[in-house]
Amino acid sequence: MSDMFAEVDVLVIGGGTAGPMAAVKAKEKNPALKVMLLEKANVKRSGAISMGMDGLNNAVIPGHATPEQYVKEITVANDGIVNQKTVMAYAQESFNMINQLDRWGVKFEKDETGDYAVKKVHHIGTYVLPMPEGHHMKKVLYRQLKKARVEITNRYMATRLLLDANGAIAGAMVLDTREGTFGVIRAKSVILCTGAAGRLGLPSSGYLFGTYENPTNAGDGYALAYHAGAELSGIECYQINPLIKDYNGPSCAYVTGPFGGYTANSKGERFIECDYWSGQMMMEFYKELEGGNGPVFLKMDHLAEETIGTIEHILHSNERPSRGRFHEGRHLDYRQGMVEMHISEIGLCSGHSASGVWVDEHAATTVPGLYAAGDLACVPHNYMLGAFVYGQFAGQSAAEYAMSHELPAVDDVQVEAERKRVLAPLSVVDGLPPAQVEYKLRRFVNDYLQPPKVTKKMEIGLDRFAEIRADLDSMSAANPHELMRAMEVHFILDCAEMAAHASLYRTESRWGLYHYRVEHPEKDDADWFCHAQLKKNEAGEMTCFKRPIEPYIVELDDEEKDAYNRLRVVKQAEAA
Amino acid sequence: MPMTLNRVSVPVTVDEDACIADKGCTVCVESCPLDLLAIDLLKKKAFMKFDECWYCLPCEKDCPTQAIRVDIPYLLR
Repeated sequence: MSDMFAEVDVLVIGGGTAGPMAAVKAKEKNPALKVMLLEKANVKRSGAISMGMDGLNNAVIPGHATPEQYVKEITVANDGIVNQKTVMAYAQESFNMINQLDRWGVKFEKDETGDYAVKKVHHIGTYVLPMPEGHHMKKVLYRQLKKARVEITNRYMATRLLLDANGAIAGAMVLDTREGTFGVIRAKSVILCTGAAGRLGLPSSGYLFGTYENPTNAGDGYALAYHAGAELSGIECYQINPLIKDYNGPSCAYVTGPFGGYTANSKGERFIECDYWSGQMMMEFYKELEGGNGPVFLKMDHLAEETIGTIEHILHSNERPSRGRFHEGRHLDYRQGMVEMHISEIGLCSGHSASGVWVDEHAATTVPGLYAAGDLACVPHNYMLGAFVYGQFAGQSAAEYAMSHELPAVDDVQVEAERKRVLAPLSVVDGLPPAQVEYKLRRFVNDYLQPPKVTKKMEIGLDRFAEIRADLDSMSAANPHELMRAMEVHFILDCAEMAAHASLYRTESRWGLYHYRVEHPEKDDADWFCHAQLKKNEAGEMTCFKRPIEPYIVELDDEEKDAYNRLRVVKQAEAA
Repeated sequence: MPMTLNRVSVPVTVDEDACIADKGCTVCVESCPLDLLAIDLLKKKAFMKFDECWYCLPCEKDCPTQAIRVDIPYLLR
């Protein structure tokens, strides 16, 4: 097999949610550009929305919410640590994007007059738009990719970005996951859309691939950006979600909440005011789970038959359609019992929390020619609609950059070093199986990095990770599939080290459970009202530093600032 | 180093009478986000080659002859 070699203007890595949008928008900006969409799986069924999505979590629709209100909500939900400009850029484009998706054929819930039927789930504003027929998302995107004549390359995985002599983007180095061959794609600009680092923690079931995020999302983009010298931000603000016990999907309160379902303790009582996923909410969830009233449940058994039927239709046909099958196996009927809940493994994901590659309001990273969008780009709580909007920004920005730059020369030293690294496991005979190395690594992630975060534990974790790093050279791959998994182990290890370093750096507690440091239990605005950034320094070491928060463009009043700190239901004092 | 092969129950079942891989169909192989399915070269039928399932169901939904059934992996069932 000869090596793959290609020359393009814009290379989009990752064809899930943000990636297809980025590729289409780059082509729309300039149809003469050669735009390639590279995907580890197959674009038709890849990424977080392979089976669709049951709703928008952050629709900013006139008459229901304003961009200013949304910026306030996310500022408070993310405990003040936001670059408001990036959130505002999303909010102002949110409604246009919904209308565009509607024109493309995405079906949103509408009322009898044809208006979007928006529901309230967040603590302050109203932003949830259900998509009961949202299982066709990928088909809609695929049609647009074909129409825009984007070049699609499936079953390839990027392993490192290629840089020019000045540290600007020159392309990517890739692995053909079915042939086990190495390749080089030269590009003027690159967009990272590789999703969350979803294979970081080990689900408590012990099943490596039973993760909340699509397990193809091994944190590839986090590692690619890191090794290219990009700044990452808020890595200590983990993703942790409330999920059905033993199942990798939520129950889901966003869907059931508007119908009257709610999160309850073992007595069937409400204990949180608002089901919107935030670190503060997860902290109350965690306390109840571990306390005497635990575990935690989703309660729907008080609802009418008709309502439960509707909920079942949405939950069992969208996003996580095997949910119904799981309940069947456990003999659970929403009519007769509550759904037992648990918390997910940890991950990195800006779509849900705020851990990602640093981007500005044009989706530009700190590396010239490198853009990022979707779950891995640090725009807090951006979700699917944010992935589309930032995909659009990234596509447009990367196209502009490509139009004003020449294709940089390829540095053979980088290429040869990477070829050696990537293909090495094929020539190790009698080595460690990648799955065993991954299992051990991710168990250590659980043992040492999972909140509550303890300094000494995280330090021990770093020692264990260093030992696993020494084992990487002993990994062997029996076939191209195992080689792909072996390269993913490299990514997961990078992400684990980043999670430990970033968590040790921020010596305070913030974002509820996401960054609860036992020895520093209080929030410390005097020292830590700032972004914590992480990057590879000149010496190749992982370093952390502070980045000041840009002055707010939307001010908060004191009442609002505190809203997400008052999530626990306060019991009325009994009359004397 | 010494190695062994462990037996593992996998969640994807293929009805070989319904599967038309012998006629050139590879829809499920292409659908799987984790690239876990393959065609058995002797039997010319699809099968689950790797135990790394996300039980996400594209293989089952996209199969033109409804030959595939995805169960929840035993560890989670």
